[in-house]
Amino acid sequence: MDAFKNLVVILLSSVLVNNYVLSRFLGICPFLGVSKKINQAVGMGTSVTIVMLLATLATWPIQHFVLDSFGLSYMQTIVFILIIASLVQMLEIFLKKFVPSLHKDLGVYLPLITTNCAVLGVSINNITDSYTFVESIVSSLGVGLGFLLAMVLFSGLRSRIDEDEVPKGFRGVAITLLAASFISLAFMGLTGIVDNIFA
Amino acid sequence: MNKNSNLSIFFNGILKENPVLMLILGTCPTLATTSNVFGAFGMGVATLMVLVCSNILISMLRKIIPDNVRIPCYIVIIAGFVTVVQMLINAFFPELYDMLGVYIALIVVNCIILGRAEMFASKNTVIKSALDGLGMGIGFTLALCSIATIREVLGAASFAGIAIPFLADYKIEFFVKAPGGMMVYALMIALVYAITSGKGPKKKSFSCSGCPGANKCHSKECEKEDK
Repeated sequence: MDAFKNLVVILLSSVLVNNYVLSRFLGICPFLGVSKKINQAVGMGTSVTIVMLLATLATWPIQHFVLDSFGLSYMQTIVFILIIASLVQMLEIFLKKFVPSLHKDLGVYLPLITTNCAVLGVSINNITDSYTFVESIVSSLGVGLGFLLAMVLFSGLRSRIDEDEVPKGFRGVAITLLAASFISLAFMGLTGIVDNIFA
Repeated sequence: MNKNSNLSIFFNGILKENPVLMLILGTCPTLATTSNVFGAFGMGVATLMVLVCSNILISMLRKIIPDNVRIPCYIVIIAGFVTVVQMLINAFFPELYDMLGVYIALIVVNCIILGRAEMFASKNTVIKSALDGLGMGIGFTLALCSIATIREVLGAASFAGIAIPFLADYKIEFFVKAPGGMMVYALMIALVYAITSGKGPKKKSFSCSGCPGANKCHSKECEKEDK
C-alpha cells in the first residue's frame, strides 16, 4: 500500500506542484509557441506525453544496464539526446505507416519535440532523483500530463488575449509571457497540497 | 560600418540580434537560471563556451557534413562540447554545478546553439563563426545577468550572494520564484521594444519561424504560420 501511495504522490506532485513548464521552466518554447489554439495545444501535449513515456522506457534501462555497468555515465547527455532524437524519428515513421490517422493529428508536432528540453529533462531527472523503473514511468507520465494541463489552460487564456487591445510594446511575446506568469502564480498556490493528501 | 566586417558580426550578437531580448531564443535557461546573478553568469559563460566551440567545429566541417543528416551531426557535436563543459564545471566549480543541476546538460537543446549552427556556422568561415559565437554568447550572458540582477536584488535583497543590508526588510520573494522570472522577462522585452521603438529586427512572435527544427519539418502547419 505504501508503494502505491508513493506512486500517487509522485504522479500528483509532477502534475501539479513541480509542473515542469510553470515551475521548472522546461519546455517553455512549445508552451509559448504552440498554444494559440486549443486543438494545437492538445496535440502537442499528447505527443509530448507519449514521447516522454517512450523516452523513459528507453533511457532508464540504458542508463542502468549499459552506462552504469560499463562506467560510461559521463556519456549520459550525448546518449540520451541521440536516443530521444532517433525515438522521435522512429515514432514518426511508425505512425505514418501504421496509424495514418493519428499521424495526421500528431505528426506536425513530432519533429519539434526533439529539441524540447522537457523530454531530455525528465529523462535526466529520473536518473538523478534515483527513481526505480516504475517510479520513473509514473513520474514521466505525470510530467507529460502536467505539460498537457498547462498547455490547455494557457491556450484558453491566450485566445482571450487575442481579442483584446494590448498596449503596443507588450504585443506578441511580452503579453504572452505575462499571461504565463499569472498561470504560474496560480499553480504556486498548489505548493504543499500533495504532501498533505495522505496525512 | 561594413555589414560583413568581423567587428560588426561580433557586435551583432550583443546588441542588434541579442538572442534573449531580440530574437527570444533560449527562453528556458533564461527563466530558470536567473534567480541569482552567480548562477546566471555561470550559465552564460558555459553557454558561451559551448557556442564558440561548436560554431568553430561546425564551420570547419561545413563542407564535409552531408546536408540531409546535418541536424543529427550538429546535435552530436554540441552534446560532446556540453559534456566537456559539464565535466569542467563539476571539477572546478562544484558549487555552481549543484546550483545549475540539470540545466547544464540541457544546454544541448538550447535553441540559440542549434540555431546559430544552422543559420550561421554552416554558411560562414571559421573566424566569422567564432566571432559570431563569441558575440552571441556575450549577448546571452549580459541579458541573463541583467535579468538576474533585477530578480535577485528585489527578491532576495542580495547581489551575487552578497547581502544588501538596507534592503533586507523589503524582500519581495515573488521575484525569485517562477512567476516573477516570467514577469521580469516580459517587462524587459517590452522595455527593449520601447527603447528601440520596434526598430529592431522583425519582432518575432512565437511561431515556427523561431524554431530550429522548422527547416526540417516542412509541415503545412509551419508554412501556414510563416505567411
